[in-house]
Amino acid sequence: MPTLVSHPDEVKVISRRFGQGAADIDKYLELDGYKAVQNAIDQGENMATWIIDTMKASGLRGRGGAGFPTGMKWSFVPKQSAKPKYVLVNGDESEPGTCKDHVIFLHDPHSVIEGTMIAGLAIGAKMGFIYLRGEYRYLLKIVEKAVAEAYAKGFLGKNIFGSGLDFDIVTQTGAGAYEVGEESALMESLEGKRGVPRIKPPFPAVVGLYGGPTVINNAETIASAPHILLMGGEAYAKIGSERNGGTRLFGISGHVERPGVYELPMGYNLKKAIYDVAGGIKDGKKLKAVVPGGSSCPVLLPEEIDVGLDFDQMGKAGTMLGSGGIVVLDETVSIVEFALRTISFYQHESCGWCIPCREGTDWIKKTLTRVYNGGGAKKDVANVQYLAENMLGRTFCPLGDAAAMPTLGFVKKFRKEFEDYIEGQKAGTPIITVEQLVGAH
Amino acid sequence: MSTITNSIFTSATAARFDHLVTLYPVKRSALIPMLLYAQDEVGYVSDAVVTEIAQRLDLLELDVRNVLSYYSMLRTKPAGKYNVQVCTNISCMLRGGYEILDHCKHKLGIGHKEVTEDGTFSLEEVECIGACCWAPAMQVNYDFHDNLTTVKVDEIIETYRAGQGKDVK
Amino acid sequence: MPDVKFTVDGKQLTAPAGTLLIDACKAAGIEIPAFCYYPGLSLQAACRMCVVRQEKVPKLQTACTTTVAEGQVFTTESPEIAQARKATIQLLLGNHPLDCPVCDAGGECELQDMTFKYGAADSFYAEPKNHREEQKWSPVVYFDRPRCILCYRCVRMCGEGMDVFALGIQNRGSSAVIAPNIPAQQSPDHLAHLDCEQCGMCIDACPVGALTSGAYRYKTRPWEMNHVATVCTHCGDGCKTTLGVRSTSDGAEIVRGDNRDKSGINGDFLCNKGRYAFDFANSPERITSPLVRQADASLKEVSWEEAFHHTGKKLRELRDAKGGKSIGVIGGNRLTNEEAYLLQKFARTVLGTNNIDHHRTADYVTFAQALSGQKGRTASLRDTQSYPAVLIVGGDPTNQAPGTAWNLRTDVRLNKARLYVANTEEIKLRRQAKAFLQLAPYGYGALAAYLAGDAASASSAATDSNALNSFRDAVKAEENLLILIGSELRGADLKRLIEFGLTIPSAKFALLSDYVNSRGAADMGLLPDMLPGYVPVTNPGPYAEQNAPTTPGLDMLQIFEAASRGELSALYVVNSNPTSRYNIDPAALKDTFVVVHEMFMTETAQLADVILPAANLYEKAGSVTNSYGDLQLVQKAGDRAGVRTDFEMIVRVADKMGADIKSLVPFGKSTPGVRAAGTLGDMGQSRGAQAGEADRHAVWLTANNLEPKLSPFDPFAILDEIQRLVPGYNLLRLQLISGNDQHLEPNALSFRSAAEESASRSRRDLVLPSGDTLFTSGTLGRFSPALNEVQRYQANEPLIQIHTAAE
Repeated sequence: MPTLVSHPDEVKVISRRFGQGAADIDKYLELDGYKAVQNAIDQGENMATWIIDTMKASGLRGRGGAGFPTGMKWSFVPKQSAKPKYVLVNGDESEPGTCKDHVIFLHDPHSVIEGTMIAGLAIGAKMGFIYLRGEYRYLLKIVEKAVAEAYAKGFLGKNIFGSGLDFDIVTQTGAGAYEVGEESALMESLEGKRGVPRIKPPFPAVVGLYGGPTVINNAETIASAPHILLMGGEAYAKIGSERNGGTRLFGISGHVERPGVYELPMGYNLKKAIYDVAGGIKDGKKLKAVVPGGSSCPVLLPEEIDVGLDFDQMGKAGTMLGSGGIVVLDETVSIVEFALRTISFYQHESCGWCIPCREGTDWIKKTLTRVYNGGGAKKDVANVQYLAENMLGRTFCPLGDAAAMPTLGFVKKFRKEFEDYIEGQKAGTPIITVEQLVGAH
Repeated sequence: MSTITNSIFTSATAARFDHLVTLYPVKRSALIPMLLYAQDEVGYVSDAVVTEIAQRLDLLELDVRNVLSYYSMLRTKPAGKYNVQVCTNISCMLRGGYEILDHCKHKLGIGHKEVTEDGTFSLEEVECIGACCWAPAMQVNYDFHDNLTTVKVDEIIETYRAGQGKDVK
Repeated sequence: MPDVKFTVDGKQLTAPAGTLLIDACKAAGIEIPAFCYYPGLSLQAACRMCVVRQEKVPKLQTACTTTVAEGQVFTTESPEIAQARKATIQLLLGNHPLDCPVCDAGGECELQDMTFKYGAADSFYAEPKNHREEQKWSPVVYFDRPRCILCYRCVRMCGEGMDVFALGIQNRGSSAVIAPNIPAQQSPDHLAHLDCEQCGMCIDACPVGALTSGAYRYKTRPWEMNHVATVCTHCGDGCKTTLGVRSTSDGAEIVRGDNRDKSGINGDFLCNKGRYAFDFANSPERITSPLVRQADASLKEVSWEEAFHHTGKKLRELRDAKGGKSIGVIGGNRLTNEEAYLLQKFARTVLGTNNIDHHRTADYVTFAQALSGQKGRTASLRDTQSYPAVLIVGGDPTNQAPGTAWNLRTDVRLNKARLYVANTEEIKLRRQAKAFLQLAPYGYGALAAYLAGDAASASSAATDSNALNSFRDAVKAEENLLILIGSELRGADLKRLIEFGLTIPSAKFALLSDYVNSRGAADMGLLPDMLPGYVPVTNPGPYAEQNAPTTPGLDMLQIFEAASRGELSALYVVNSNPTSRYNIDPAALKDTFVVVHEMFMTETAQLADVILPAANLYEKAGSVTNSYGDLQLVQKAGDRAGVRTDFEMIVRVADKMGADIKSLVPFGKSTPGVRAAGTLGDMGQSRGAQAGEADRHAVWLTANNLEPKLSPFDPFAILDEIQRLVPGYNLLRLQLISGNDQHLEPNALSFRSAAEESASRSRRDLVLPSGDTLFTSGTLGRFSPALNEVQRYQANEPLIQIHTAAE
């Protein structure tokens, strides 16, 4: 069972019910549960506007990684629609280094349910889906139980809270596919298809699930909504940095003394997060590099980590805030191995739809595998860079970028390590033979 | 409700499937959950599973195969009773994921995607399972085991071998 | 959509708003490369080859998914774009086996062309390519996985285009693969297979050599063939096809059937038969020498001269001794119009008989009569691609007229056409139908009556009266309706249905028949009571000059009845097998002199006294008319030593009978002032020509920079007469010779007497559908190894499911 961690610098908004048994509806109600949705309904005719205005004021930006302003996303859904509208909660948390939704589902599933209802009320949907990754079966059971409790209390179903409005929630898991975390691939998967993204436009807000307007939000984003409605948009915004409202769950993993999921205000300093919050580098070793927001974010060098953890500051630093998964590498790590492990993941998870991603991830993996196994040539580094550069921005969906960006980061920032690796290995290791490679297939 | 007369599934699972298709605006949406639940019961997605699910959802068997081959948790060959899935992705790797995997290989005497002779265990190296902050981690069937050490792995495996491991589906 | 202006590569273009950029550019002559894009199929944006730069947009955009809007500015070629495309090709070539020298697609490969254009010749990869053995998915479809670039054209073609869904995408990432619908573990030979309509459209769409044709693979190189655009000989759709022809020691062998230019009435489509079943022409069982029955009853190979001499002499003797009325003539459904016209003219003017018939597969006489006096009421096959609403009563186009079925599916898919299907069977096209009406057995006549207003017929038309009712209301509410009629409707039923249809303002009709020129055979008067163009023999009108007998002759069955009574002195059969088709007792013909033009030793040929080895439709020139009345040019592709065209053989036999050839086939220059006996009075002068019709044809050809061919064996020599005399065949010569289809409306003249009208009511129903399916094609099918193999294959495969899932 994931251990809960705590640090004085934390600002507990979304995590404030963690560890208090709030998966049980009565406990959740005790801790202000379902008050936000009631407040919203109390707004009467102005309900939708009130919710969306509050969300806009909160400065909440999508916690899945893209950082799109949530209030604005909700406002894009047309008021009138011939087809039913839907809310889809993306709990397909799969970005390596990321386990924040894991703890939300575990400790506060009702906040996701309540958030789903709020999003539904905001856009005029009668149905919401909560989709968890397939590996999270035990969390699905927790969420299923919570949904059943909410139905039992009459919070879900017909005429919720006497509003005359109906709202249903269906929960399910995927079956193992990182790509399904992409919003349109998620819709495909929910429709019982291969998790291949859709062509955009049309965007989900206009044509989404079953062809109806759909709001898709990350589980953490959705779980933030009830807190925002309760505390007010401005108050929430004030916690964070400029244009980056509120707090965020940061998962700090890898070579730190106290790995864990911490709720820090947006804009919190990355260096402090590693050295203060997570207790510094494990076993007193030296820091080598930080992958700051899940494996797709370009790596930062130790001298680059004095930077605020928000979408804009991280962007300026040449990387991304991503999913908030901070992976810390100490001096013992081989970047060649780490780059290979990273690209292997994307090669495994590429859906295969478009050529640059399907073939690009495969060739980078093959090349780095050979380099790692001692068969590298100096030009391989340039080739890997060429491949990654030619994937970047050219693929059907962001997975290609997610594979290309960290690869480029590694080969650019650690070029010498790659070259030394190749040189060093060559001295003692024979170049891998064709037979060995054929055997490896 | 179900038009399936000779279901290959237990009556509980068949009833669950009958219910699943009613949850969604389009019944095909039940496909992926159905495949997983079927796998939980049968051990893998057999041809018979494909046939019955295709029938239940009015799909071509080819459609079902197209979808099932996409998802890495779905398998078309039996796994062990306990499928040990060791994460070696970056966060786990940094904290000894590969050592855990090697230990499992050694301990169970099998490699990636292999099954022990008695069919009790199978082993898989898997991508990130969302337990990065508690790395290294693995799953035995659906249950998470984290902050692993080789000693802890031994205990876990022995518990399962004794039939006392947690196995919630 | 209103037109918008936008700029591409500095050129200002105009197109309707919402047009895909790739299409708009193509229309303007700017080619944007793409592997996955295929017009008419769903968009994929997967290959990333069509990337272009759009002003003010940060990333390169795919032209296949970008819709044009006012004021947009695009660049489609630049160093940046070329590099993006080059990198994509480099990635593909990483695993693509560079076996171009032996690949079927070599020379016709889009990947090859793009590599040539963008120069992705250098490779960075040290790793060996992933090799996989090629797979035989069916007798006609082979899959070479390493060559596949995953453009998904085949998958969409099979699903969206064919409504078969036999191909899927399995696995993911670099393991992703195109998979057929019978997995290896479920197949008796443990290999993956295809259970499908075997149309080969997947092969056609494949931009590389990943899918290859069992009939063509490893046979030749594309540049070693001549490509002849002609018309498929099989069903009544008359699809345009391109035959790949290669020289052999005894002529020219057809090695490939495909649909290269896609300009025909069939659009992109070609079916199994069109694509593979040309191989009957190469059959070793072809008869390649004239055969004459000897006194000992054996057939002996003789010279052509001897065969013609014998035939002509014998026919002349019999005609002179027993009269023309003792001779019967049966024509085929796969003759050209010129041959069919010549055959009936030969019968009527040389043999002196109206005992002429053909195997009728639809009641075109009633069709023409029911539409007499109407203009613009008959449909072209092209209309089936575009009409907003279509009613199909009877028939099963998927099996009998696959081109029609393809067009209808396309119409529904791309134009949201409303399709109404009424049938006694659950035909496959019901899946595209807005409404399907299950008719009671033999309910077609009752349906026609019900539609025409006879409420009492309801119960015999369909058991579900509500469905019947709403079906009728829906059909009647349509204003632009195409009515396709199966051969089940004949005579009075057919007439009634057409009369009902005529009450719908813009309804158009087509009557579906079974063979490539079934319609032409009827149009050209291979009928005992009708001259070409449905002119009754009793009142020959324009044909009076030919002095044909004016009493209706014997029909198909009557001819054989006469034979069995010993009253048929001679039977002249041209590429038809009536004894098998109508179960004729061979003894019936024991006293009849039987002449047969044939390719194969059919049941009828076995009874012949003279067998003249015939060329088939792929070995001759002329024109054919499809079920719809679309006239198209047939060009000679294959060649086989020892066979002759039916046209030539008829002329030769007529010549040996002493007939005046210039009057039979108006050809060549006539001597001024001297008119050959029997030659038509109008030598073309009335329309400005100086000499005979063939000569006028020559003048026309010369004027159009085409080579004149002056010979009595040139079928075009008689086309002019057809054009002049046959009502409705007022064709455009340049259209024909350019290979374009043109729609003709040979509707009957209105009845000129009560006798004619009553004759039309008392006509016998002699329609006998061929019963052909996707994998059979009359006699030709029996001699097509490809069709036989596909039949055996499909019979052995457990036909799991060619059905589609409801979305």
